[in-house]
Amino acid sequence: MIRVKNLSYIYQPGMPFENQALYDINFEIPDGDFAAIIGHTGSGKSTLIQHLNALIRPTSGSIEIDGENICDKSADLKSIRSKVGIVFQYPEYQLFEETVYRDIAFGPKNMGLDEAEIKDRVYEAIKLVDFPEELLEKSPFELSGGQKRRVAIAGVLSMRPKVLILDEPTAGLDPHGRDEILGQIDRMHKENAGMTVIFVSHSMEDVARLAKHIIVLNHGRVAMDGEVADIFARGEELEKMGLSVPQITQLTRELIARGINIRPDIYTVDFAKNIYKELFCAREEKK
Amino acid sequence: MIKDITIGQYIAGNSPIHKMDARIKILCAFYFIVLLFVIRNPVQYAVITLFIAFMVKLSGVALKFILRGLKPMLFILLFTVIINIFMTPGEPIFELDIFSWTLSITKEGVVTGIYMLLRLIYLVIGTSILTLTTSPLMLTDGIEKILSPFRVIKVPAHEIAMMMTIAIRFIPTLAEEADKIMKAQTARGADFESGSIMRRAKAMIPLLVPLFVSAFRRADELAVAMDARCYHGGKNRTRMKQMKMSRYDIYAGIVFFVLSAILAIAMIAF
Amino acid sequence: MIKTENLSCAYGEDEDKYLVIKDLNLHIERGSFTAVLGHNGSGKSTLAKHFNGILLPSGGKVYVDGLDTSDENMIFKIRSLAGMVFQNPDNQMVAAMVEDEVAFAPENLGVDPAEIRRRVDRCLEIVNMTKFAKTAPSRLSGGQKQRVAIAAVLAMEPECIILDEPTAMLDPSGRQEVIRTIKMLNKTKGMTVVLITHYMEEAAEADRVIVFDKGEIVMDDTPKKVFSQTEKVKATGLDVPQVTELVHALRKEGIDLPEDIINVQECADAIFERLK
Repeated sequence: MIRVKNLSYIYQPGMPFENQALYDINFEIPDGDFAAIIGHTGSGKSTLIQHLNALIRPTSGSIEIDGENICDKSADLKSIRSKVGIVFQYPEYQLFEETVYRDIAFGPKNMGLDEAEIKDRVYEAIKLVDFPEELLEKSPFELSGGQKRRVAIAGVLSMRPKVLILDEPTAGLDPHGRDEILGQIDRMHKENAGMTVIFVSHSMEDVARLAKHIIVLNHGRVAMDGEVADIFARGEELEKMGLSVPQITQLTRELIARGINIRPDIYTVDFAKNIYKELFCAREEKK
Repeated sequence: MIKDITIGQYIAGNSPIHKMDARIKILCAFYFIVLLFVIRNPVQYAVITLFIAFMVKLSGVALKFILRGLKPMLFILLFTVIINIFMTPGEPIFELDIFSWTLSITKEGVVTGIYMLLRLIYLVIGTSILTLTTSPLMLTDGIEKILSPFRVIKVPAHEIAMMMTIAIRFIPTLAEEADKIMKAQTARGADFESGSIMRRAKAMIPLLVPLFVSAFRRADELAVAMDARCYHGGKNRTRMKQMKMSRYDIYAGIVFFVLSAILAIAMIAF
Repeated sequence: MIKTENLSCAYGEDEDKYLVIKDLNLHIERGSFTAVLGHNGSGKSTLAKHFNGILLPSGGKVYVDGLDTSDENMIFKIRSLAGMVFQNPDNQMVAAMVEDEVAFAPENLGVDPAEIRRRVDRCLEIVNMTKFAKTAPSRLSGGQKQRVAIAAVLAMEPECIILDEPTAMLDPSGRQEVIRTIKMLNKTKGMTVVLITHYMEEAAEADRVIVFDKGEIVMDDTPKKVFSQTEKVKATGLDVPQVTELVHALRKEGIDLPEDIINVQECADAIFERLK
């Protein structure tokens, strides 16, 4: 369970560039949740997730993970960071080791695990991201873009985090690459029942496909927090915040505006198909 | 954070110093540095202090901003002062016995220490005024022009200037990237802060390797983008901003002439 | 405007040799807005780099406004006729100030200083960045940086502008800014535009869509005709716009809707028409 209470963050207090990035943030993410944090660029999403594994300390407020306040001076950073893994945006640009194996082993090694345990975890991690075993001894720099990203994600998974945070995991990928990564994340979440996944995105299409729970940030404040369907039903507000809602949501709104009586929370193609099919059938019968 | 490095920052403005020709400004800055190292008595230091205060005021740049440039120099400044205080021979005013060693602070040492400190501070302030009031492009253009007579002896004036321009342009980008990579590795349990010097140096590898790889990638892409915009070296190249001498450059000449004269008189008289 | 004749491009030597572009014949009309779609690694960026002589063909020819790109004497003329904007906004900026960035290309071309000034002011005006003329690029948002990159290319007064995934690294609002600018250039300035992308919503804005896969053109038609072949597009690792997919799915269920719907407005119109 992650519990964020009255969290505020001021960037460089007292300096000429002083800037408040987060204002009084409150939310809870239960264990095993699949949450999405969305918001426009500069809404404070990145700053917020960096708080969740103590890369940044809040100016005020607290963050509890499993009941432990990670903002305490006495908090054990090592254990927090192995509990909460962050995959940053374009993670492939952080690869540095000579071989894929060693890069994925970097996290577990920093945790002080023994060789056998590290090996187990590396193999487990590449299985989760569908990375071929025979490439483990290759240099990460020789891989294709999509493969590099998977190695980078495996490098975080190998720490067996209880909470996995992904910042824009599909940035720069083509539709096929995007589907693959999203599919893997979804599977990972389903197979590891206890794992909490938080993913940060400005792509509402991606969010619509995966998340159960959405937190919307706007100018450093929590603007909405709720179930996916409830959030998407408020399409107009989302657009006002500079977020682009999926075409399907736009279509729903357009039709409601023209007087068609349909529910406002339609946000995936499959769902929409069933709804419209029923409508058309009902109409046929009437005739 | 690394993002706030002031080097290469330029503050647009309309002061007489902003309006000066970059070439003249660079030469003036050089001349100023030379002056700093020839002066040796308190009256001369007083004159220079007044002069630099006047220049800061004239530039219209906030003093706070200029002083920030001194922060990264703090260690060097302190080190110089301490070395001078203890190493200058002369009349001791304070002695400290450590085992068989005698550390003595001399009167001369204190004086040279203070002079050295002032010199270095003024040097940083003087060059900061130059870089803060001259757009990086003008600065590199000025250097290119000043160096161009040396092309005869194969000094690649244009290339040097171009390299500087690009370096200045990429400092914020790479600093931001370094920050990002550092956070990503820290999130994977990397420790950049504790341990012996050797351990810390080794801990930098996960930061430096990706940073270099990325710098090369950026360089590669930049080269293509420059090609696509017909870059082909300095030959037949024109510049949008022409360097023109103005009355402000003449004023600068006069100011420096007067300053030199006063300093010379101070040298003879005191 | 741009014409390729049996263009091929090979990487590697002898046995390792493989073709990134295979015997391609393509003609891009003056004043048109063409979108080139393809998954990562389909060779679409390689193709784009042939359009202004950054890469030279291993076989065949590329002509820009009738000029052969392999003619070394003409290379600067060709590059100023066909300007190019790249994916990463940070890696294509040379100067530490916006207006100097825009001046870079005309300076390279040896344009007269007063004329450069005029061009810089005009081009910043076109992309609506005039008030950022004296700003450092590092202080701009992604969308703003790409608009500066577009202005920097316009300063060469090109007839054609090629954009190689200009929105891939931007957020939705940045993407919109850039696409709006590109459309405006095409509609009001008559600029020939070649947009390389993998965002279907962007391609739907073009007059012509070329789907590129494994070094070959697999589809080449109006966006409506291309996207209505949903399965074929998906087979190349791409997507179709969500509304097109919805209409396709509904048609399969036997609901009578036009097959060539590619944007929200058209889709709403068609559904409304049948339900009212």
